[in-house]
Amino acid sequence: MMDLAIYKRRKTKNIIGLFLSNFAMLLGIAALLSILFVLFYNGFAAIDFNFFVNSTPAAGSPNGGLANAIIGSLMIVGITTLLSTPAGILAGIYLSEYSGGNIFGSITRFISDIMLSAPSIVIGLFVYAVYVSKVRHYSGYAGAFALSLIAIPVILRTTENMLRLIPVQLREAAFALGAPKWKVSINIVLRAARNGVLTGLLLAIARVSGETAPLLFTALSNQYFTSSLNKPTANLPVVIYQFALSPYKNWISLAWGGALLITLTVLLLNIIARVFLKENKTA
Amino acid sequence: MKKNAIEIKNLDFFYGKSKALKNINLNIEEKKITAFIGPSGCGKSTLLRTLNRMYDLYPGQKAEGEINFYGKNILGAKIDLNLLRSEIGMVFQKPTPFPMSIYDNIAFGVRLYENLNKKMMDERVQWALHKAAIWDETKDKLNQSGLSLSGGQQQRLCIARGIAVKPKVLLMDEPTSALDPISTNKIEELTNELKRDYTIAIVTHNMQQAARISDYTAFMYLGELVEFGETKKMFLKPERKETENYITGRFG
Ligand SMILES: Nc1ncnc2c1ncn2[C@@H]1O[C@H](COP(=O)(O)OP(=O)(O)OP(=O)(O)O)[C@@H](O)[C@H]1O
Ligand SMILES: [Mg+2]
Repeated sequence: MMDLAIYKRRKTKNIIGLFLSNFAMLLGIAALLSILFVLFYNGFAAIDFNFFVNSTPAAGSPNGGLANAIIGSLMIVGITTLLSTPAGILAGIYLSEYSGGNIFGSITRFISDIMLSAPSIVIGLFVYAVYVSKVRHYSGYAGAFALSLIAIPVILRTTENMLRLIPVQLREAAFALGAPKWKVSINIVLRAARNGVLTGLLLAIARVSGETAPLLFTALSNQYFTSSLNKPTANLPVVIYQFALSPYKNWISLAWGGALLITLTVLLLNIIARVFLKENKTA
Repeated sequence: MKKNAIEIKNLDFFYGKSKALKNINLNIEEKKITAFIGPSGCGKSTLLRTLNRMYDLYPGQKAEGEINFYGKNILGAKIDLNLLRSEIGMVFQKPTPFPMSIYDNIAFGVRLYENLNKKMMDERVQWALHKAAIWDETKDKLNQSGLSLSGGQQQRLCIARGIAVKPKVLLMDEPTSALDPISTNKIEELTNELKRDYTIAIVTHNMQQAARISDYTAFMYLGELVEFGETKKMFLKPERKETENYITGRFG
């Protein structure tokens, strides 16, 4: 005989649980949507033609745009990508294909995991201490260096994980033809995992392109356009940070526009990454 | 004149501490087909994987004894494994196409040890695909990914890849277990033709197949070589009771 009391009690509990979780979900979505709404509302109002062609205005002067910060960000993130891609992917290959559980591999993995969760401001301070304070000036290169330290562990871990998903039979088939190990690793295994690795790369770029703290101590900012990354370099996150806290109306508006631009870029990178990952699964 | 491509002497094989092959002694004659039969887990794949030292990829696996490949002991320390594997090719049970075009799947192995011009490479690719009975199905889509083929086609692609490098010996571990009867037939014809130039060692669970295509048969059981001899004799009049029981399906 079924005990109806137990059944009823469970049903009540179920309803309460369902209600609470739905309520929490609505709360989360409402917060997210209101942030996005405010961002889009204020951001789009700031974005016009001048936004993309004019440099950041001096304090108190009207209008202006974010051209120098956009270009600066592109250069810094570009250099970051160039630095961190080979380092992260090669290290990932080492961990997955070569380390074979040796102590050096374990240490590398451990350090990389720590760096993954280290607050980014610590990374910024580190680069400030070992580089900026030695050469005695802020620079875009220092910024790219700091961002690379954040991106490398992300790329390294996704690369390693994606390579590990490739079945050993594929490796054996390549070895069976007499291929040397490095060829098997690069031409066969990495190639088989390329979509997953690319996904990790894009997510790493998306992650660093919004980082502010590490750039505050390294690239700082620059009111003017500079083509040399050896000087302080304007970049979106730091400009947003400075402008948003200012009393000037046009600065605040530009900050909204910059924030929207970064959000859309990160969104786009995430979408592309998802498409790549999907292709990987069906292949 | 009989000539042996491979001579196996007192071979033991270990997965860690567990012994998977026990004192195997056997010769694989040149330009003949030698079939390995026996119940699941008896060590057929293990034996095949010692012949190209595939086990070397895994620490903890080791072989003791002697395997002479045209007179040279390949279990010795001074062996260049990549070179060895380019001379002793292998086809696996499951198809493993590389993540590249059909053409490059074949060309990848060839490029490792030969420097062919475009025309000669084209010819080699066509030759290999033709031999493996898959040319007609692929000739119009050589640039498509090897992964776009069906399972059976992928397996024939892998066989084509294995013969394209023109190894001296071809090891085949249940190469047709994933194929339909027509493809299986084609592969059997292929092995028959290949033995003019190559030595073939093939593992199979299909008794008819062993009887049809092989010159010699080795029957293994629990890591030991129970009986070895000419296929005709093995199937008509085996010496050991175990062999007879297995061949006639009255095993265990
Ligand atoms: N990687 C491994 N580690 C430990 N033991 C293994 C490993 N591979 C195989 N063995 C063991 O070695 C023995 C022989 O295995 P093997 O794969 O050679 O058999 P087989 O004759 O090819 O069987 P099948 O017909 O099922 O393919 C089995 O007892 C198996 O459990
Ligand atoms: Mg087997």
